[in-house]
This record gives sequence, structure tokens and C-alpha cells, in this order.
Amino acid sequence: MTTELIIFVLLFLVVSGMGFVAARWRKPETIDSLHEWGLGGRNFGSWITWFLVGGDLYTAYTFVAVPALVFGAGAMGFFAVPYTVIIYPMVFLILCRMWSISHVHGFVTPADFVRARFGSPTLALAVAITGLVATMPYIALQLVGIEAVLQSMGVTGHLPIIIAFAILAAYTYQSGLRAPALIAFVKDTLIYVVILAAVIYIPIKLGGWGTIFDAAGKKFAATPAQNDGLFLNAGNQLQYATLAFGSALALFLYPHSLTGVLASKNRNVIKRNMSALPAYSLLLGLIALLGYMAIAAGTKPTVGSNGKPISNTVVPNLFDQMFPDWFTGIAFAAIGIGALVPAAIMSIAAANLFTRNIYREYINKNATDAQEAQVSKVVSLVVKVGAVLCILLLDPQFSIDLQLIGGVIILQTLPSVALGLYTRWFHKGGLIAGWAAGLAAGMWMLYTIPNPATGKAHFGGSAFSLANLGLDTKTTVYAGILALAVNLIVAAIGTVVLRAMNVADGEDATKRSEYFADEGDPRVKDLDLSAPH
Amino acid sequence: MTTRETRTTDRNPWNWLLLVPVVVPLLTFLFNADEPRLFGFPLFYWLQLAFIALGVATTTIVYRMTK
Repeated sequence: MTTELIIFVLLFLVVSGMGFVAARWRKPETIDSLHEWGLGGRNFGSWITWFLVGGDLYTAYTFVAVPALVFGAGAMGFFAVPYTVIIYPMVFLILCRMWSISHVHGFVTPADFVRARFGSPTLALAVAITGLVATMPYIALQLVGIEAVLQSMGVTGHLPIIIAFAILAAYTYQSGLRAPALIAFVKDTLIYVVILAAVIYIPIKLGGWGTIFDAAGKKFAATPAQNDGLFLNAGNQLQYATLAFGSALALFLYPHSLTGVLASKNRNVIKRNMSALPAYSLLLGLIALLGYMAIAAGTKPTVGSNGKPISNTVVPNLFDQMFPDWFTGIAFAAIGIGALVPAAIMSIAAANLFTRNIYREYINKNATDAQEAQVSKVVSLVVKVGAVLCILLLDPQFSIDLQLIGGVIILQTLPSVALGLYTRWFHKGGLIAGWAAGLAAGMWMLYTIPNPATGKAHFGGSAFSLANLGLDTKTTVYAGILALAVNLIVAAIGTVVLRAMNVADGEDATKRSEYFADEGDPRVKDLDLSAPH
Repeated sequence: MTTRETRTTDRNPWNWLLLVPVVVPLLTFLFNADEPRLFGFPLFYWLQLAFIALGVATTTIVYRMTK
């Protein structure tokens, strides 16, 4: 146990040191402009982008929670694989447009784009607040990932988490986006090594993949629950497909996913990454199967102080059980460090949202670049402190619920952000009405979903039962998709009505040709971003 | 830095190919079964992992053809 802890702490310290040094890596003239601090200067090539976006999307929480879900529910947890397969072809063209228009106009957040495209500060504020609310619990969840590892090592109490986040906060404050970009190299290398070792070594020890799947099948057959199993059943196939589809739609609406994309050098870097990022999906698929290995190995989750088993400790416990101590230490460090990269990027993205779309829009209209960067840095700290408080004061389960809600609500920005890149047909008023209706519908649906396993009556999952709508069926559908449908219908009706009533629409500050501009185009602003804009 | 000619559109027939890896992995009836197994993996698991290759191949082809 001590060997594990020593290696964990050592690796963690080395990586933190890198975070501070990162300020000098690819050093710009000054880091005081928001573009430099928040987007690292926007000159990242294919490799750095791959590590950065990969480190950002495939979070430590994913690596802990997905196998825990597979351990508990079986096939349903494997939705993470189709989700991360379909995402890249889906956003292949969309992200290129987003890159071009952002680089022509100097946009840093999705709300910046909405502001200019629809000429509506109100709609932009709605998008910004939605982004902030959806991102906060996501940051808190990264702490859940670190906590699971610590619990597995027998470290209790909240002090280690506070220290880890204090270090994280200090180096993001110092180095901006450079810190996570540099750390992502170490984190991903560690994760790849650990997972490859795990998926080769553990199945050999357990008697092969066939044995593992059979053991899992036997376990699920023995449980009374209906929705678990090695395969999907009639009731949850649609949930599986809609959850994968809805999650894929939501992913690049999160402001932090866009941060990494905008930091890339040109459109081709993005396109190449859409082919290269699925390497992480393969990794995620293999990680998901760790859940079955844990079943076959008879791993038990750690029992928490409230007497309930903590499902997220399944994978750390499996490593502890199967690997020699020194390697377990490396594996735990990989998960712990893995939590820092996305947490850093998310807090930077949240800070950018606040600074650009709330501070500059509503509080200080004449903010200078240096002021913006300063506010951003402070907000990024506040966001992280908020995340730590979430974990300290609230039940971790609450962050998981909030994250679930986050996915549903961030989807409500799709009509303005993603469709906005393609069409200006929607009226700004229609989009605001659709956003509000989608949020209300989403919240209501989530409210109706119980979780029998934890004995909760509301907000127990994302599988909305169509029986609630009076249909005689056992079919469940991802609530986010239905909420988005409500949103789109209301936005469309609102648009038609407002146009018929001749209600004034906002000005579109973008031009069609700007959506295709690439590096080398005189309109594309690159490294001279510290100049006033 | 080379100056590329400015594009005025991103339309291209090759883009339609991107629909294949978006739609196929969502068709649960294609893979929701145990047999045939591959290296001990039930169909449900190995086929969905294989779809990753489908995604990579498609995005690579579209990238090359529309460059």
C-alpha cells in the first residue's frame, strides 16, 4: 500500500512541476491577453491537439465511471463506444466552420458566436449561462475520479483532494491552457501504458476473454434487475441508441471541448484529428470491459462511510487486486493526473464564458485585454473552489446527477450554436423560446425518472419512459433528445410567428465566406491576438 | 506559410459518406447478439469496437478526397 502511495505522490508532483514550467513553453510575447492565456496562442498542430482534445474529452471520470457502469448494468454501459465513434464524423464539418468563423471574428466561446450571428446579447447570455451551469458539475466529477483512487488506497478525508486542486488551480492560474496541453502528454502516455497492460495481463490471469464474458453473463442472469445483462433488451435498445446519439450531439457544445479545437492551427489539423481521436475510443472500449474483468475476478467496490458500496472504486480495486504494488501506483497516478487535464481546460472555458459574455457584455464594456485576462484567471480559480466545495459539502452522487442534467441542458444550445453555423433561418426570439421550452421539458422528464437501485424517486437517470406520455410501452428514450425535439419545434413555431408579426430580428455580423476561411487567409487572425480587438 | 486559395463552400458529394459511420453504430439490431464470437468476445462487443475502424476509414477518405 505504501509503495502505491509513494509512486502516486511522486508522479503527481512531477506533473505539477510541469504545469508551472508550461508558462515558458512556446512562450508568447505576453500571456496577459485572454487569447494567449485561454487558448494557448491558437497555434497547436495535429499532435498537441490530439493530446489536448483527447485529454479533455476522455476524462478520468469517464475512465472510472464507464467500467463501473458496465460492472453494474452490463451492455447499457457500453454506449460510450458508439457515442465516441459517431461523434467524429458528426462534427467533422461543423467544427471546421466553427474554427473558421471564430478565427475571423476572434471568438473564444460558443456564446461569442451566437452573439454575433444572431445579434442578440440575451441569447448569448442564455448560451453562456447554460454552458457555465453544465460545466461546473463536470469539473466536480473530475474530483470524484481522484477520490475513487484515494478511497481505494485507503486514504480518507478531504485534505488530499483540496491539496490536489490547490496545485491545479495554481498552475492554471500561472500557465493558462499551456499547462493542460503539456500535462496531457504525460497523462495519456500513462493511461495508454496502464490500459494496454490491463487488457493483456488481466484476461490472461483470468483465463481468457470468453471466461470473462461468461462470468459477467452469469452474474447478470442471477440478478432480479431487468435492465442489466450482457446484451440489450427490447426496452432499452432505443435508449442505448438515443443516449449515444444525444451524448454525441452534446459533447462539442460543452465550451471546454471547443477550447481545444479552437487552439488548433488550421482546419486540416481538426480534420486529421477526427480520424485520429477514435484511438481514444478504442481505449475507452477496452476500459469499459474492465468492468467485466472485475466481475470475473470477484472484485468488490469499497464500502463508503455511509455503508453503501462506492461503485466508482471498482476499477481502482481491480488494479489493486491484480497488479503488483508499484504498477498499481502508476495506474492510480494515471487516473489522478487524468482528472487534472480536463478540470483545467473546463475551468478555463468556464472562465472565458464569464469574462467575454457576462463581464464584458454586462459589467465592464470597455475592458482592456489585460483586464479580461485578469478576470478570467480569477474566475477560473473561483470555479475550481466551487467544484471543491461541491464535493466537500454535497454528496458526490449529487455531482453525478448534476452532470446528467448538464448533458440534457447543454443540448438546448444546439439550435443556436450548431444549427446557427449552417442557417440563419431561426429568429432570435424563437431560439430563446425554444431554449426555455427545451430546458423545462428536460427538467420535467429527468424529474420523473426514478432509480430503484439507490431508492431515489427523481433524477435517477436519463432513460425517460415513454409510458409517462400515455403510451403503452416499456420503451425508454434518452431525455435529452426529447427535450431537444421540444426545443426545435418551439423555436421553429416561434420563428414563423415572429416573422409573421414582423418582429425585428438581430443583425448577422458574419458573412457566408467567413465560414470557410483557413490559415493563410488574411481575414484569419492568428498569433497577433494580443492586439486590441 | 503558404496562402491557400479561399474556399467559398464546404459542399462536396464525398461528405455524404460521413453518414455511414454515424448511422450504422446506432442500429442495435445489427450487433445485439452473442454469436458469432471473436477471440471470446460476443458479437455485441467486437462488432462495436470494429465500428471504430469504420469511423476512422470514413473520415480519412473524406479528408483525402475533399482536401
